[in-house]
Parts: sequence; structure tokens; C-alpha cells
Amino acid sequence: MLTIARLTIGEAARRRVLWVLVILAAIAVSLTAWGVSSLISAARENGVTEIEVKFAVSQVLIFIAFMFGFVLAMTAAFFGSPAIATDLESGIAQAMLARPLRRSSYLLGRWLGLAVVIVGYAILAGALAIAVVGTISGYLPPDPILPIAYLAGQALVLLSLTVLLSTRLPPIAGGAIAVVAYGLAWMGGVLGKIGLVIGATTLVSLSDASRFLLPTDALWQGVVYGLEPSFVIDAGAGQFVAEGSPFFAASGPSPAIVAWSVIWVVLVLALAIAQLRRREL
Amino acid sequence: MNPMPRVSLDMPAIDVTDLRKRYGQVEALAGLTMSVGRGEVFGFLGPNGAGKTTTVKLLLGLARPTSGSGKVLGAPLGDLDARRKIGYLPELFRYQPWLKAREVLTLHAELLGMPASGRRQAADRALQLVGLADRSGDVVGKFSKGMQQRLGLGAALLGEPALVVLDEPTSALDPLGRVDVRGIVRAAAERGAAVFLNSHLLSEVEQVCDRVAIIDHGRVVASGELESVLGQAETQVRLTGIGPGDLPALERFGPPTLEGDVLVIRPMDDAKVPDLVGQLVAMGARIQEVRSGRSSLEQRFLELVSRDRPPAGTPSAPRLR
Repeated sequence: MLTIARLTIGEAARRRVLWVLVILAAIAVSLTAWGVSSLISAARENGVTEIEVKFAVSQVLIFIAFMFGFVLAMTAAFFGSPAIATDLESGIAQAMLARPLRRSSYLLGRWLGLAVVIVGYAILAGALAIAVVGTISGYLPPDPILPIAYLAGQALVLLSLTVLLSTRLPPIAGGAIAVVAYGLAWMGGVLGKIGLVIGATTLVSLSDASRFLLPTDALWQGVVYGLEPSFVIDAGAGQFVAEGSPFFAASGPSPAIVAWSVIWVVLVLALAIAQLRRREL
Repeated sequence: MNPMPRVSLDMPAIDVTDLRKRYGQVEALAGLTMSVGRGEVFGFLGPNGAGKTTTVKLLLGLARPTSGSGKVLGAPLGDLDARRKIGYLPELFRYQPWLKAREVLTLHAELLGMPASGRRQAADRALQLVGLADRSGDVVGKFSKGMQQRLGLGAALLGEPALVVLDEPTSALDPLGRVDVRGIVRAAAERGAAVFLNSHLLSEVEQVCDRVAIIDHGRVVASGELESVLGQAETQVRLTGIGPGDLPALERFGPPTLEGDVLVIRPMDDAKVPDLVGQLVAMGARIQEVRSGRSSLEQRFLELVSRDRPPAGTPSAPRLR
């Protein structure tokens, strides 16, 4: 398994994927730094209070995290969807699987290699963005590690889904399904929040079901919660306008949903292994 | 007590009984029974779609048989330990295009479980063997198809496997490459490996194999030593000056027939040709041409696989020996 994981990481490096990711992260962080410093200087010129600046910066950070989370999810989807399918279509997998290599080791190795690349990217870009914004604005999220961990978690959920799809479907189909599922899960989360505010229980139940089926949105709530300053949480909690917003979370995901996300990944990978074992090569 | 080793090098390299494989309504393999011994080069012949690649996939555990059983190196089909001792060149040979040739082979050496210290040496030896030593540092994606096939052959020979399975090993090679492959196959057999050569290139099989099986529609239609599969030798003499009435006098050479101006005696031992010519001359025949030998593998193959097919071209005359 480690041989295949190492091979997968090597593939990302050799095919310049890693460099593209690093350059993209550098560009994104530079633009963020420029945007935040312009925002702060404009706000201070207009005599905006420090607490309002802090609020604005935290909102910008959440928005950036949302965009980055989306990019990360797409990266996971487009890394994961060809992982197995392309190897099988080209015949690369057959040459390796005729060796004393278990199909489970091959699949988990592919997943692990991609997971290392994606989590590494999430940590690098996330930490850099938070550190740069913190240096410029003086605002640091209460626990900066938490939102990055949730962002990475979201990407791992999607990676696992695409690896599962990759055992049966061609890369484009797998990637497209994963992107649509991610979008639907996010919309499910937003609608669930609105449902909660207006008391529409069916909407809430549907949202809960979507979180059960694909827990990306539950983890997104963790990202939002982790990036908010405590006074925003205190002010927004229980408030109609805040509670319905997709960019506000009065609390992080429950330990149960976090545990379910981990179990979900394990179950999906187990299903992927079973699919690959059953497949005639 | 030591556990019984699963992989046995004393037993036949391949031993399968009534192996069947269905893909939906299509019966790809309809009861294959065969045995391949150690040190033997076994040719597995058949037209496209006959079930050759399916057989290879079953032997390697890449696909599962619908029914039947088999052992490879004494272990059940697809056994992980047995696969340590098997080298495989797939029909669709593709290796990681971003890796260098040597890296592909060290990767396969690692998958085989070779110790880290010996991998590079094993890779270099295999590259040398297949004529890619000077390209070991080149990226595989830039290789021609022929070079990729050589690389695949190198991968199949890594670690001196007890069984080498080659699926159409010369499909992308030029004539020089084909000669090289023949040498490589024979060398592998000489060091004791069994070679299972899947091919539809009859001349290749004819030149290198000890035994052959011809498969068609998922069934073996002929198998055995090359000589026995090729059938009996015959002699053809194009002549004038004798008629049907003269034939009984020639029966001591074999059953004679006269087809126009060609006398055919089949079966007939090659060694009797001078005596036959002497007798024909004594009988007043004027001889234009004498041909003697067995049917070529191609001819025999066409006879066997075209029984329930429309004729596809004219078979050539017996090969002169």
C-alpha cells in the first residue's frame, strides 16, 4: 500500500500537479493579502471601529475559506475520479495487479497518496492564508487549526467518493457526479438552515438526510464556526437573520457527525475495495 | 511444524481442468484442460477472440473462472505467493508514462517484494536483457510502442520468474525485435522457467515452442508437441508420364494419389524421397518438381480453425524442408 501511495505522490510531483497547486496557493494568498490590507486601510480611513474591522476580516476569511473549500473539493474530485479508472482503462493497473499486490492495497495506496497531496495542500494554503490575514489585520481565528482540519476533512470525504466511483465509472462521469453531489449537499445544508429558521421540518429532515449521505456540508459548518470570532457567535446565535445564513454557524458540527464522517469514509473505501475486487480486469 | 509451501516448483507450472468463463451470453472459454511443465515453452495459439487473453487473465487471477479449477505453480489460480514467481507481459502493455524505464522496473521489483538493495541491479539486468540499457534513464512516455513492449518484457523477466506469461509479446516489434524475443524466451526456458506464449503469430510459435495448443471458440482443437500437431509429412511430385494404373507400384512409399499432374503420397517419410524419385524415373516418369515436408503451422492452423468459418484465403503449399 505504501509503495502505491509513494508512487501516487511521485506522480503528482512528476506531472507538475504539486507545483501548480503551490503556485495557485501563492497567487490566492497574495491576492488575499492585498484585498485584506486594502479593506482595512479603507475601513480605517472611514473611521470604522476595530471590532467592525475584525468582523469584516472574519467574514472575508470565511468567504475565502468557502472558495478555497470549493477549489479543494474540486481538486479532490478531479484527482480521485481518474485514480483507478484511468489505470484500468490504460492497462497500467493490470500489469501491477498481476504482481503479488492485493487490490485493497492498490486502492488504499492510491487513496492515501492523493489524500496526502490534498491534505498537504489544504494545510499549506489554509495556514498561509490565515497567517497572512492575521499579520495584516491582527485577527486570528480562535483555533486556526480547526477550520483547516474541517476543510481537509471535506476534501477527504469527496476524494473517497470519487475513488469509489472510479472503480466503476469513467473519470469524467465520476468527477461530474462528485461535483454535483457536493453542490447538492451544500444546498441541502443551506436549505436546512432556512428550514430551521422558518420551522419547516421536512426541509430540516431532508437536510439531515443529505448530511448523512454526504457529510461535506456538516464539515463546512465546522470551517465557518472555526473562523468566526467569539463575539460574532455570541451576537448571531439564536438570531433569525444570522442562523439562516450559510456563512454563519452558531456551533461546530456535533461529535456524532464528525464521527459519522470518519465512519462514512471508512465505509465508502470498504465499498470501493469490494467493487474493485469484484471487477474483472 | 513448518506450514506447507503454497507455491511448488516441482509441480507443473500450469495445470487447469475444465476451465470455463462466461461473459454474459458469450462463452469465452468452454472447458480448457491443459498442463505446462517447468522449462517448457508452450505456445497458445488461436484467432482473435478465441479465448487466449481470457485464459491468461484467469491464470493470473485478474478474472475469475465461471467454473473449473486450476493451479499455477502448484497454488490456486490468482494466489498471491504464486504471483511472486510469475512474470507477465500484458497484451495491452502500458506502464506509468511519467516514470523512467529503470523506475518502472524498480517499482515492479518492489511489488515483487525484492529487497531494496537488489532492485536496481535486477532492473538494470532486465533492461540489458531486452536491449534498453542505454535508455534506462528515459521517461517511458517518450518510448515508441516497440520500446514499451521491450520494457514490458523486461518487467516480465524481473527476478527470474518460474513462469513467464507473454501475451502477444512481439505485436509491436520489428523483425529484429522478434528475433531478440525468441532468444530471450529460449534463454528463460534454459534456466528452467516455463514460458506460456500467447500468440497468433504462427512463425514465432513454430520457431520457439516445444508444445502448442490451438484454441478456437474457447476450446482446444489441437494440442501436443509441435510435430504431432503439424501432422504427417507428405511428398508431392509434379510429373508427367505415369497414370492411375501405376499407383499400386508406389504403395510401398505410402498411400499415393494423383491429382492432375501432381502425385501426392501422404504420409511419407522424407528419407524415402530418393528411392521414390529413382522408382518414378525407372517407371518412365518425367519429373518437374519434388516437394517434401509437413504442412506448416499456418496451414494446420487454418485447417483446424476454419472448419466452421468461411474460407479465408488460399493456404500455401507444404513448406520445403
